[in-house]
Amino acid sequence: MSVVGVLALQGDFEEHTAVFESLGAECKQIRLPEQMNDIDRLVIPGGESTTLSRLCSNYGFRDPIKTLASSGMPIWGTCAGMIMLADKITESDPIPLQIMDIEVQRNAFGRQIDSFEQIIPLQGIAEDFNCIFIRAPIVMETGPAVNIIAELDNGNPIAVQEGNLLATSFHPELSNDSRVHKYFLDL
Amino acid sequence: MVETVTGTFTVKSGHAQMLKGGVIMDVVNPEQAEIAAEAGAVAVMALERVPADIRAEGGVARMTDPSIILDIMKAVSIPVMAKCRIGHFVEAQVLESLGIDYIDESEVLTLADEKHHVWKHDFKVPFVCGCRDLGEALRRISEGAAMIRTKGEAGTGDVVEAVRHMRTVQDNIRKLKNMPYDELVVEARDLGVSVDLLIQTKEEGRLPVVNFAAGGVATPADAALMMQLGADGVFVGSGIFKSGDPATRANAIVQAVTHYNDPKIIAEVSKDLGEAMVGISARSIPENELLASRSK
Repeated sequence: MSVVGVLALQGDFEEHTAVFESLGAECKQIRLPEQMNDIDRLVIPGGESTTLSRLCSNYGFRDPIKTLASSGMPIWGTCAGMIMLADKITESDPIPLQIMDIEVQRNAFGRQIDSFEQIIPLQGIAEDFNCIFIRAPIVMETGPAVNIIAELDNGNPIAVQEGNLLATSFHPELSNDSRVHKYFLDL
Repeated sequence: MVETVTGTFTVKSGHAQMLKGGVIMDVVNPEQAEIAAEAGAVAVMALERVPADIRAEGGVARMTDPSIILDIMKAVSIPVMAKCRIGHFVEAQVLESLGIDYIDESEVLTLADEKHHVWKHDFKVPFVCGCRDLGEALRRISEGAAMIRTKGEAGTGDVVEAVRHMRTVQDNIRKLKNMPYDELVVEARDLGVSVDLLIQTKEEGRLPVVNFAAGGVATPADAALMMQLGADGVFVGSGIFKSGDPATRANAIVQAVTHYNDPKIIAEVSKDLGEAMVGISARSIPENELLASRSK
């Protein structure tokens, strides 16, 4: 059975842990880079991307996570986690990990009062997933190797995959629906 | 056309879930907001005066001038919160119209209504409210609060009241977990909350929404103490910008909240922080001047 590392610097890492554990997966909360030595997968949760970015720098997470990504380890980012995985974001701050060939815009829908829920089909995962967007980012550009799993009516991707890397604008860990977590465990 | 719903309780309480493990800092101008964001704050609270000054200056404390709030919203990309007076639903409407990300219906400001809080379900913007015990927390959640914090005693730099309130909430929940179902109706009546909400709390073994610590946190060790006592995150009010070196202290508190179980890291970040805020012992404050006692 594989061990899912959940980056626990800040954000809703407990919520991710609870969903994975409900699926029978073993989880390990990661606060220092050396704690990633015995994990098989990594999740970067929702949270505040500027905070995550600073703590990733403070504790030397950038290179180790990049190395894990290029070694083929499955890595999934939700919301702030998607921002962290991006190659580029539309603002100068925060600095992402530059792992996935996507460009992401932060707070793409506006402020908290514009946060929303919407049922959206996720290709190959679920026909009717209740997606929860909280001050969410969207994908502006995708590289040739990036597969779009879901997009909004206006064509902006909100779930993308590039080989072992998965990113979602929304928060499956808040939906009481473990299908995306199950999909990630099967990657 | 696909249906999109905004302002649901899931979206409101979900925003607080994204703040977990983080530090929310009081700021009074855009420069302080930038320092807070740079230090790794998950959100800032936009104020005209920090609680220590409200306490010192006295008078009626009201919602902050919208132009100050808007300037702070422009300065940073992290969420911005602001306070309305307890029961002052028009201040709350005004804050919502500004596009604020969270409203703190706060005992730190002067009460606008001595009996009633804002009916927070009417708003799309989420609210955080203070509590001293489980009953107070659940009454605020019944009114629509999507996030709870301890009241502590704001503007003192003395963590003792926040500790008391966090321990009381946790103790009340432990007691509830062991309480047989046939005693819940009387317990609900005594606390002034619904049986359904009590059952939910009992079965989840925690508050149904995110619970932060607030009111007197001044050092990295204070913040880590509150986390070890069960807080989901920490508000730091006067503690940062009333200290000698706000940027360094702010970053140290952020790190202490992430690594709250690692005393070596807390020791490391506590070095050379400069002067902490002077503070006043909560015990030296007369009962009728305690901010935490302003509402139930």
